[in-house]
Formats: sequence, structure tokens, C-alpha cells
Amino acid sequence: MTRMARRTRRSRHRMAAAVAATLGAALVAGCADDGGGGAAERAGSDGRTTLTVGLFGTFGFQEAGLYEEYERLNPGIAIEQTVVERNENYYPQLLTRLASDSGLADVQAVEVGNIAEVTATQADKFVDLGERPDVDPGDWFDWKWQQGTTADGKTIALGTDIGPMAICYRKDHFEAAGLPTDRAEVSRLWAGDWRKYLDTGKRFMADGPDDVAWVDSAGGLYSAAIASAESRYYDADGDIVYQDNPDVRAAWDIATTAAEEGMTARQEQFTPPWDKAMNNGTFATLSCPAWMLGYIQDKGGEQSEGLWDVADAPRPGNWGGSFLGVPESAPHKEEAAKFVAWLTAPEQQATLFEERGSFPSSPSSYDTPTVADATHDYFGEAPIGEIFARAAEGIPTQHIGPKDQIIAENIGRSGVRQVEQKGLSPDEAWDEAVKAVENALGR
Amino acid sequence: MRETTTTGTDGAGAAPRDAGARDAAAPRPARSHGAPSPAAGGAGRGRAGAAPAPSAAEERRRARRSRRYRRDVRWSPYAFVAPFFLVFGAFGLFPLLYTGWASLHRVSLTAPTDMEWAGLGNFTRLLGDEFFWNALGNTFSIGVLATVPQLLMALGLAHVMNYRLRGSTFFRVTMLAPYATSVAAATLVFVMLYGRDYGMINWALGAVGVDPVDWQNGTLSSQFAISTIVIWRWTGYNTLIYLAAMQAVPRDLYESAALDGASRWQQFTHVTIPSLRPTILFTVVVSTIGAMQLFGEPLLFSPGGSPAGGVDHQYQTLGLYLYEQGWVNLHLGRASAIAWAMFLILLLIAVVAAVVARRLRKSQ
Repeated sequence: MTRMARRTRRSRHRMAAAVAATLGAALVAGCADDGGGGAAERAGSDGRTTLTVGLFGTFGFQEAGLYEEYERLNPGIAIEQTVVERNENYYPQLLTRLASDSGLADVQAVEVGNIAEVTATQADKFVDLGERPDVDPGDWFDWKWQQGTTADGKTIALGTDIGPMAICYRKDHFEAAGLPTDRAEVSRLWAGDWRKYLDTGKRFMADGPDDVAWVDSAGGLYSAAIASAESRYYDADGDIVYQDNPDVRAAWDIATTAAEEGMTARQEQFTPPWDKAMNNGTFATLSCPAWMLGYIQDKGGEQSEGLWDVADAPRPGNWGGSFLGVPESAPHKEEAAKFVAWLTAPEQQATLFEERGSFPSSPSSYDTPTVADATHDYFGEAPIGEIFARAAEGIPTQHIGPKDQIIAENIGRSGVRQVEQKGLSPDEAWDEAVKAVENALGR
Repeated sequence: MRETTTTGTDGAGAAPRDAGARDAAAPRPARSHGAPSPAAGGAGRGRAGAAPAPSAAEERRRARRSRRYRRDVRWSPYAFVAPFFLVFGAFGLFPLLYTGWASLHRVSLTAPTDMEWAGLGNFTRLLGDEFFWNALGNTFSIGVLATVPQLLMALGLAHVMNYRLRGSTFFRVTMLAPYATSVAAATLVFVMLYGRDYGMINWALGAVGVDPVDWQNGTLSSQFAISTIVIWRWTGYNTLIYLAAMQAVPRDLYESAALDGASRWQQFTHVTIPSLRPTILFTVVVSTIGAMQLFGEPLLFSPGGSPAGGVDHQYQTLGLYLYEQGWVNLHLGRASAIAWAMFLILLLIAVVAAVVARRLRKSQ
């Protein structure tokens, strides 16, 4: 007892000494900082400059070994990333930090749904990456380059990946319904028209297994259909036109028809029940951007191995993809810009595709063997490089406006999903959707 | 007995003299911190009468001392409570006032410093905002669904636990366990239980021949499900509060009631409940405030964690609507107006509670 008490006292002494030492060191460091300042301020103890990267979700740069490679090529640089899991949490945080010019990383990611708002409202907070000698605009699809560029030509963010879409389908269910299972024949079933995809769905619902739906969710189908249209919620002048746009109505009709006819498994994407439905195989098709294949493999697990395959979408479209920018108030602007230019160059995009399945936004990488010859063993050795490259080259150039994401979310939730989940008629649901969108847009 | 009296007399006589001698021998500046004991002040005054007329300097010194002393007694308590109010000012009052200021403007999260005067526009807009009224209605109905059964159950449980029970500590700890669970963890488990396709509750309902319920998409079903999460988390907490109050009820009240032939139930309604009135009022007020601020449960009840509160906003509470306007739609001004509307509604509830409390006191 006494010994213990003494030891505690002694360790308290030691603790006090440690605290004092730390405080002293901090003071000394503080003084040193005043003298040094500038680029050296965040230099680690080994004298390297630490670049910080602010990301959301799973980009996979680190997992693909790209940071390590850059550190090897640039001995003076160390890279550290911080990741916020969900973009809904990441984006407001990014905005408040941009507004207060503090807490920003050297490199900040922006999701495609927010890029229009960032270029429209935050352009002066970002470094212009478009004029750099190590950046060649020709490496990107023009539409991808333009999304990160302001109206007056300042490129504030460079594209990382894109999300060209295909249709993932279950061969076992197709066979049971008497449909072809070969991916070329399947692609032909609906080539060029989402209505043909619905017609195939009707055949499937009539002849296929009773407890299997044609498509996972009406919301996902709507996203896929609108992504492949010529335009969405804004016109070329930047005015909001979703209410009168025939392209929106066409996508709406596709999705609500599927919902009304009971062709959907009534799931909500990226929720545990959806994962489970994927595992149990309760739907036959799913619009899948390139980055979703890994997710399907994860959730489908061993029991679905070899059952999935990938066919062309009725019309190609883009879903997802991101950008990297360098804030003006970043501590190491120049080094960060150089790093972003390297990280988004075609070779690194190809590596990221090879390692992580994020599809390159750089068409010049599509001819490299890494992309051109890529197959996916979980999806029956489907030549995914070829399929998604074909889709990527057909992606329509849509004008995306600042509030695109919010409009899409409200139409999907208050509109399409109300038809699917609550049995509203498409007309009633459209009125609900318009009310929700207008409320969300009104300042 | 005798000894104490003696020392007492001696002490009473000696104390002023002692104090005076000490003061004269070693004059020290009055300490500004800590409250001196009132006895010392009394000693000073006592000595002033007995001693010869003091010099002018001494007079000033004494006056200063007594001023300091009075200041000390008067202001020190404020200094002691100041830290709370400083923190409250920085993290409570300032945000409150700034939110009020922001609510009079059009502000976007894309440019939070760029405010455009809107007058009361954000508030008048709320009057015609069906999403606001929907959220208010949901907050109210979930509040009732959650609070009423919760408090009734807590009262019953507390009554049972007020009997001599074997292992009462065990029961008390168990009661409090849900309260100690994080909202997120509890809600995620409940979401799984209430799943439409793979949930355990629908599975159990199916086992007794009831059709599966789409908990998410129905208005009543989703609000009921969320209420059960709240009830699960808070019943134990309220039980312990009631139990503490019950244990303070004098035993003789029950004894005399029993002598008068009151049954257990009559004892409960005629002795326990009236004695618990202030406690019940307290729990009602606290639960009402909690219900008004309900946020985490409905947010996480939606599988995607969306603040919309379901496809038809069927379980969107005011807290969620505020969050959606501010952090999804990026309209900080409108979100601030909702925050202030919530604050005003709570004030209104507080006034009603105060009136009820006064009535209760009068009726007793």
C-alpha cells in the first residue's frame, strides 16, 4: 500500500517533469517558428515538407501506393491524408473552412455533385491549375476539364476519376427467365433506349423467378437515366429548367414506370438492406458505374461469385467522379499543385484503376494495356476496361449547375421514391417533388 | 457540559481582546481574496469602542479595510460564478444572438460572411412553409408518443422499485444502462430491428401471422418506431429521478394511510403522486425540451442518414429541418429563423409550465 502510494507520488513527479519539458519544448518551438516561418513551418523532424490531403469516402490513393511513389520520387516531401467518411459531412466543412481561410489541407477533394457550386462561388479561394506547364488539358475529357473550370477560364480543380455506367446483371436469373446471358447479346436487348430496358424487364417479370425484381431501386434507375440524357436541370445559359425539360421527364417516366409496375426491389441504394438484397440476389439488374463493381463484389460475397456480368447500358452516362484542388491559403501551394498535377496525370489514373477500380478521366490512358486489357474475375472475366472506355467516350456533355445535386436528391426522394415506396401516382409525386425542390432552392 | 460553558464564557470575553491585541501588534493588509469570518468584523467593531480615539491614518486604514471587506462579501460570489457565465456567453449567448442576427438575413454557407438584409422575411416565410409545419407537427406527435408512455412507465417502475427488492442496486444500474448507450449505437440497432425486409420485428410479426409492416415509410409506424428508441433510452433515467423523490416521501404518511385502510393503489394515487408533483413537473419539462430537440434518432433512423426524415418527410423533426436547410440546402438565414422559432416555442412551453406549477402550488 505504502509502496504503491510512493510510486504514485514518484510517477506524479515524473509526469510533472514531462509536462514541464513539453511546455518548454513548445515554447522553444514557438520561438523557432517566429524565426523560420514560411514553408518550413510544417516541416517534420526529418526536414521533409508534409503535404496534407483532405478527402472524403474512399479515393484509394494511399492504398494504391501512390503517396509512397511520390515520396520516393520527391525525397523532400511527405504526404498525409485526412478522410471524412461521407461527402455530406465533408462538403459543409470544406465550405466553412474556405470562408474562414483556416484549417484547409494543401489539397482538397471536391465531389462531382459539388464542383459546379465550388467553381461558381469559391473560385477565388483556389489556385489556378490550368496554366501549369506540367498540366495538359488534352489529358482529360473536355467536359471533365470544363467542370473544374470557371466561366472565365480559371481551372480550380483537376479531375481524378469518372463514373461511366454499365448494367450489371445476374446471369442465373436471366437464364431462369429465358433471356440471353452472353454480355454482347444482353447489350443488344436494350441498346440505345431505356424503354427497351423496361420492355426486357416486363418479360423478366413475367417469366423470371417470382421473388426476384428486375432492378434494385427506382432511385438508382432514375439517376442512370438522367445521367445519360443530353441535359438535366440547367440549360446552357445556366438557368434552372428542370420543370420543363423533356429529358428530365423522359428519365422520370422510365423510373416511375418501373416503380408503378412493381419491377423494382424497392431498395434504397447504399443502405444495409440494399447490401443484403445484393447478397441474397433479389434483383436481376443494376446500373453500375465503374467504381461500384468493388462494392458489388464486397456485398455479393462468395455466394454470388461468377453469377454477375457486365453489359453496356442502354445509353452511356456518368455517375460520380471527383476533383482535386489547391486552396489559396494552403501552407504549401506550389508543392501541392505539383503533387496534384502528378496525381491526376494519365499514368497515375491508370494505376488507380488497376489497383482500386476508379475509372480514369483521361482518355489517353484507355489505350494503355493497363486499361484496355483489364478484366474483372468476379464478373465472369468481363472486359471492363473495354466496356467502360466505350461508355466513357459516349458520355454526353451536360451542363451541370450549382444546385444540381440538391435538385436531383429532391426529385429522387420526394418524387421517384414516393411512387415506389408509398404508391403515389407519378403526377402527384411530381408535384411533391417540385414543392420540395422549390423549397430547397429558395434562399 | 460544565467545561464547555466555562470555555464558552472565557472565549467570549477573551476573543475581542485577543483579536484587538493581534491587530495592534501586527497590522497586516486585509486580504482581498476569501471571505473573512464575520466574527473578525465583529471583533473590530468591539475594539473600536474600547480603544482610545485612533489617529486619522488608522481611521483611513480601517475604513479601507471595511470597504474592502464589504466589496469582498458583495462581489466575490459573482467572481465565483463568473466562469460559467463566461463560457455560457461564448458558447450559449453569443451564438443565440448571432443566430438571431443571421435569421434576419439571407446568408448562404457558400459565403457565410456575405449577409443580405431580409428583415423578418425568413420568419414570415416560415408561416407559409408547409415543411416547417409538417416538422413541427412531427416533433409534437413524436414528442407525445415518446414522452407520455415513457413517464408513465417510469412512474410505475419507480413505484415497484421503491419496495424492498433483492438486488436493488443491480436493477438501478440496469435501468440506467440504456441512458449510457450512445444514440448512434442504439439507433442503428433499432433500425435493424425495424427493417422492412430483414428486420427481426417483422419476422416476429410474421411468426404470429401478421403482415410485415413498412416501418420506414408509414407516418405512424415510423414515428412509433422512433418513439420506442427514445422511450428505451430515457425511461430508466426518469425512473431513477422518480425513485429518488419517492424515497424522500415520509414513511409515516404511508403508515397513517395504511392505518386508515388505504390499499396499495390508493396509497400510490393519494400519497405518492401528490408528493411527487414537483418532480413530475420537472421531468415533464425536461422531456418536453428533449422532445423539441429530437435529432439523432430520426436522423439515423433513415437508412441513408438523411435529414429529410423519410420520402415524405414523415418523420422530419424541427431539428432535422433546421439541419437540412442549413447544411444541405446551405441557407443559413432560413436555418437560423427555424432555430429561433424553436427557441420561442420552448419559451412558450416554459411559461405554460410555470403557470401550471403555480396553480399546483396553490391547490396544495
